[in-house]
Amino acid sequence: MTTIAFTINGKPARVEADEDTPLLWIIREQLKLTGTKFGCGIAQCGACTVHVDGEPVRSCITPLQIVAGRRVTTIEGLSPDSSHPLQRAWIEEQVPQCGYCQSGQIMSAAALLKRNPHPTRAQIVEAMNGNICRCGTYNHIIRAIGRAAGMTQNEHGTKHADAVLRGEG
Amino acid sequence: MTAHLDHETGNGIARRDFVKGAAGLTFGFALGAGLLNRSAQAFAAEASTLNAWITIGTDGTVTLMCPSAEMGQGVFTSLPLVLAEELDADWSKVRAEFAPPIPPIYGNPHPFFNGAQITAGSTAVPGYFQPLRIAGAQARRILIDNVAGRWKVPAAELTTANGFVIHSKSGRRISYGDIAKFATVPKEPPKVTAADLKKPSQFKLIGRANIGRLDVPAKVNGSAKYGIDADVPDMVHACVVEAPAEGAKATVLNSDDVSKMKGIAAVIPLPFGVAVVGNSVAAAQAGRKALKVTWDTTVSPAKGFDSEAAKQEYARLGQDRKALARTAYKVGEVWDVFPSTRQVEATYWSEFCYHAQMEPMNAVASVSADGKSAEIWTGTQFGALIAFIVSGILKTTPDKIIVHQYYLGGGYGRRIGPDIAIQAAILSSIVKKPVKLLLTREDDLAAVHPRPMSHHVLKAGVDKNNDVLAWYHRLVAENVSALAAPPSYEASGGDDLIGWRGLDQACYDIPHALAEGVRANNGIRVWPWRGIGSGYNKFAAEAFLDEVAAFAGKDPLALRLELTRFQPRAHAVIKAVAEMSDYAKKRPGHGMGIAFSDYHGTYTAGVAEVSVDRQSGKITVHNYWLAVDPGIVLQPAHVHAQLESAVVFALSAAFIEQLAFKDGIAQASNFNDYPVLRMADVPPIHTMIVATENPPTGIGEVGVPAVAPAIANAVAQLTGKRLRHLPMTPQRVKKALG
Repeated sequence: MTTIAFTINGKPARVEADEDTPLLWIIREQLKLTGTKFGCGIAQCGACTVHVDGEPVRSCITPLQIVAGRRVTTIEGLSPDSSHPLQRAWIEEQVPQCGYCQSGQIMSAAALLKRNPHPTRAQIVEAMNGNICRCGTYNHIIRAIGRAAGMTQNEHGTKHADAVLRGEG
Repeated sequence: MTAHLDHETGNGIARRDFVKGAAGLTFGFALGAGLLNRSAQAFAAEASTLNAWITIGTDGTVTLMCPSAEMGQGVFTSLPLVLAEELDADWSKVRAEFAPPIPPIYGNPHPFFNGAQITAGSTAVPGYFQPLRIAGAQARRILIDNVAGRWKVPAAELTTANGFVIHSKSGRRISYGDIAKFATVPKEPPKVTAADLKKPSQFKLIGRANIGRLDVPAKVNGSAKYGIDADVPDMVHACVVEAPAEGAKATVLNSDDVSKMKGIAAVIPLPFGVAVVGNSVAAAQAGRKALKVTWDTTVSPAKGFDSEAAKQEYARLGQDRKALARTAYKVGEVWDVFPSTRQVEATYWSEFCYHAQMEPMNAVASVSADGKSAEIWTGTQFGALIAFIVSGILKTTPDKIIVHQYYLGGGYGRRIGPDIAIQAAILSSIVKKPVKLLLTREDDLAAVHPRPMSHHVLKAGVDKNNDVLAWYHRLVAENVSALAAPPSYEASGGDDLIGWRGLDQACYDIPHALAEGVRANNGIRVWPWRGIGSGYNKFAAEAFLDEVAAFAGKDPLALRLELTRFQPRAHAVIKAVAEMSDYAKKRPGHGMGIAFSDYHGTYTAGVAEVSVDRQSGKITVHNYWLAVDPGIVLQPAHVHAQLESAVVFALSAAFIEQLAFKDGIAQASNFNDYPVLRMADVPPIHTMIVATENPPTGIGEVGVPAVAPAIANAVAQLTGKRLRHLPMTPQRVKKALG
């Protein structure tokens, strides 16, 4: 047992746990932030994706000790009121079906847009291919990322989303 | 609009609104002080002969009950939409709640389920559509009658729109919320018949282009609650290692060592496996990982089952005319006419598939101290079955089992099964605490309830005009209904209505047709899987139909149009997909394939455009087009989304998914060795609704069946080689290409 301090969604957190406890369970059980999901436990599906210092990580295989002194962001901390361009685009495009993977999808997409505000379809696919969606919302996700990127560019998200989906964005 | 889910009270919507001091109007509930102390379930049960669907708050909030599970298929919006339509509710004030499992009130009247409260078979909208319209119209009538009484005007002079009752003559209007402040509810619901309902042309909400799903906002910010998120005070955490072959007996080699691990409370041997109980998920999973279990499979009905070796026996059963075959579909007399025809034959295969729902199976259960009641928190397609079985185990009655419904992180059929909730209840009764059972992905896969492996023997006869005169299809597979629907299996004497789906040829004008099922009984826990039998039966039938077309010298599209000439709806979707895909246009290096499927009253036709890398054997789908006629369309945008979803699911099964068994045990562990389709392999998918004013039929599964045969047919058009085995892996493609 050890005490580890880090920042979670902008607020300080101190948790007591074994240092190799997967970050996922610290987030879900100790911090009660259940938007981050468990899918596979071996970094194959992406449902558990969170940001550590802005970089996407698979929290199911990230030992707690790694985040000591660092900034962790979960879906709950992406925006205070679902106003992140991706969250708005996800609603506009009605992306989620069962929705279970979508926190991870959005967190992966948010990291992508941060380093590349206007990704092409190919770049989106490359960045998102590690996130499984069993409901098969992939094309909706591509559109929504295109729309979110379009939002920051201009107000014509739909056009941009269509273009990105066609591979012309 | 708001999506409101009160998970803490779960099925207690009626209780909460009631306890608040009758601050609103719950239709169908006679408000009496004697009900105050009753549980929510008992309270709702009072209303079994009345209307328990609609509550209107004095603030105008309209709360509508959703009797079905929401697993992404959209019922949490579409069923309230039906109620709101006839109620003339203001959609921006509508919120939905899950109804508790009380089949007499909330059961699905669809003939497949005959009142069972189950979410399966794409039957929610078709089953509930008419009764919910009636319920909505009755509630509207009650509002009108109340206003008529208060204003002393004839009810016939009152109209409704967007949450108001309106008296045009005097220019007065009153909101539903204001009516709820004084309204009384009659003991007997007002008489409303189908003739009183709106005509489709009068719909204001149904069919609106972008209605927006009620569950979507909560699914983009992490606030949507799934079974895995249930949090009950004092609960402990468990993993269960279920027997990987039904009935296999476990020997735990290091029970003491694991019991001593930090955070582990107990290692518990169970009749169906072994449980590790700990004080956190992390501890329980660490204990599970350390657990060493060996299995005695000799006591399992699946002992020795090897899915490769078994193919020999399946093939024999396919050919053996003396094998016990049950008739699935029959018109005319195939055996009488075959001798007069020119015949073509082929055999087809498909492999076992895993649901791979993203949320591993889980449930929280809390059995009361006296062991006579329990609460369950889970996402389930069949909460009523959980209540029924757990009540049997506890030797009590189903009303003593409260099931709190959550969103499902994928269902696809898997969450029809009550197994995990039952295991959680058993564990809770052993450890005398609430238990949260969450399977690891590996244990979820080991406890797989797969789509069955299937073998198909097909034979067709064409007459001298090259018309298809006779059709024969024998399916050899495990019987899904025997496991998933024992009552229907037993009542029919052994039919498999689930696994046989899609064997019939009701849409095709083939005068003599016979389809039959031969049961392979190897003790594998086969289960409904999105699209059920149609997933593999239509693959075989529609791919074989292209072989018949080639044999008869006909174009695959022309043959389908000819065979459906007396079935206008089937004919129309085939024509539509041919037009939208420009089917006849030549594409250098690409092949085009078409397939048709009807499923539970919905008609679909798909076209795939493919190319094949002859070096690697990889098939690329460049476009997939799908036309569908589901009757009246409730949420058009969502219909397109569901079709896309099903197409992706089917592409995954068509190309990748196969689960081998050895000694009755599944030979895969996680997404590393049971891959599913990812974004990179999803083609552009073009969907078209061919709307008709027929009663709505289901949409969640209908996109599945045509995908695999359309691809196989496209490959055949391109290469001249038939692919007769799912999944169409590069290895199989290379073998077929020679």
